[in-house]
Amino acid sequence: MTDPWSLYNEKVMEHFKNPRNVGEMEDPDGVGRVGDPICGDVMELYIKVKDGIIVDAKFKTFGCAAAIATSSMVTEMVKGKRVEEALKISNKAVVEALDGLPPAKVHCSVLAEDALKSAIENYLGHQKLKK
Amino acid sequence: MRRIYLDHAATTPTRPDVVEAMLPYFTDAFGNPSSIYSYGQEARGAVEEARAKVAELIGARSEEIIFTSGGTEADNYALKGVAYASERKGNHIITSSIEHRAVLEVCKFLGSRGFKITYLPVDEYGLVDPDDVKRAITGKTILISVMHANNEVGTIEPVEEIGKIAREAGVYFHTDAVQTAGHIPVNVDELKVDLLAISAHKFYGPKGVGALYVREGTSLVSFMHGGGQEKKCRAGTENVPAIVGLGKAVEFAGQDMDKEAERQAYLRDKLIKGLVGKIDHVRLNGHPTKRLPNNVNVCVDFVEGESLLLSLDSEGVCASTGSACGMASPEPSHVLLALGVPPEQAHGSLRFTLGRENTETDVERVLEVLPGIVARLRAMSPLLKTQK
Repeated sequence: MTDPWSLYNEKVMEHFKNPRNVGEMEDPDGVGRVGDPICGDVMELYIKVKDGIIVDAKFKTFGCAAAIATSSMVTEMVKGKRVEEALKISNKAVVEALDGLPPAKVHCSVLAEDALKSAIENYLGHQKLKK
Repeated sequence: MRRIYLDHAATTPTRPDVVEAMLPYFTDAFGNPSSIYSYGQEARGAVEEARAKVAELIGARSEEIIFTSGGTEADNYALKGVAYASERKGNHIITSSIEHRAVLEVCKFLGSRGFKITYLPVDEYGLVDPDDVKRAITGKTILISVMHANNEVGTIEPVEEIGKIAREAGVYFHTDAVQTAGHIPVNVDELKVDLLAISAHKFYGPKGVGALYVREGTSLVSFMHGGGQEKKCRAGTENVPAIVGLGKAVEFAGQDMDKEAERQAYLRDKLIKGLVGKIDHVRLNGHPTKRLPNNVNVCVDFVEGESLLLSLDSEGVCASTGSACGMASPEPSHVLLALGVPPEQAHGSLRFTLGRENTETDVERVLEVLPGIVARLRAMSPLLKTQK
């Protein structure tokens, strides 16, 4: 059972303590960097795309536990998704997948959505240049 | 898991013997101190005994002590009390940019009501320059408020020198001594203060009680209107059990203050040395020597404070940070920013404040777990790479 006095639920804490897909990626097809160290959070998200499908995603994040947990969750959610499907992942969907965040921390999930969009746009930009 | 509490600047556990001293005043000796029969007079006696103890701790006279609901109320009363009593004399207040919010927010409020506020800068260690105070004084200055020691970075301010300047200029001087009273010597005559705020729960007393020292002859408007309690300054039936608790906490604090301060300063220095020595890119915030005996505040580069705190909590260590994620304001600690710490580093600040129950083992435990936590978070941080 979740400790009623803790700031975050168990799932968020689990993703914070054991984040999935941490690290940089060699030769990523798309990179998104969002946030500002001055504001206390920066997220970098890397994707690998094959035949229009995101086959791998990784991240590096400087930020609070909510920023780290949402980074972990969003990279899990995009893997195996078509690029156009992944673009539709909202911060709300990430928060729901984590069973919720404290209201004051919901803004951290926006960063995850922005990082993903930015990585995909970076990928799509590369595609255009290739054509 | 054994929990290690290292956030004594936030609050301290009430001593069991303090609680024991308070208990009879809830039940057997429940009287209202304003009543003239024996129940009332018992309670009155207890209140006055506590007042005498508080006065003795800070070198004041009993008549100069007003009980409040805590440090915040004492600061509010000092500032608003002087401001509204001195309107005919002037409207200028001088304070520092690193005060506790119990002072800064009152200044902001008074600023919105026509008072002019000067917020003095501090140097990289958090020290106010007394010459800046001197230069800021005008014919309209009615009050100077500079804290005795800062709650975040532990810097002890040159209050005595500022007090001398205030006295020469004929301006009232208030100091927030919430972090020092009960921990290091506080004497109102040596510090040359006219007003001084203290809070019981910062030195093993109960929450919800504090005191304001008001030098005889200082004119203040009443803070709470109603019955005539606390010399008509602060109406409302006295919180007798809490006041008794404050008195008892003061009594215990005085018994071994110097010895305990020395013991904590040793642990403090061991912790600072260990942190700076064991982890790269860690810097001490605040002054190396003009520092509270229990305060350690460091910036850990490339990682964020809340992540550090939660990771430490998982290891049973309770600390604090100047990071602001999730707070109403996106800005990190106003104190660290005033010291010139860049915001991205201020987000990675950690504060450990020692207390009576902490031992060398606790310090060793922090030094054992923190390097691994920092390494794990740094491996995740995109900032480290860009800084290399």
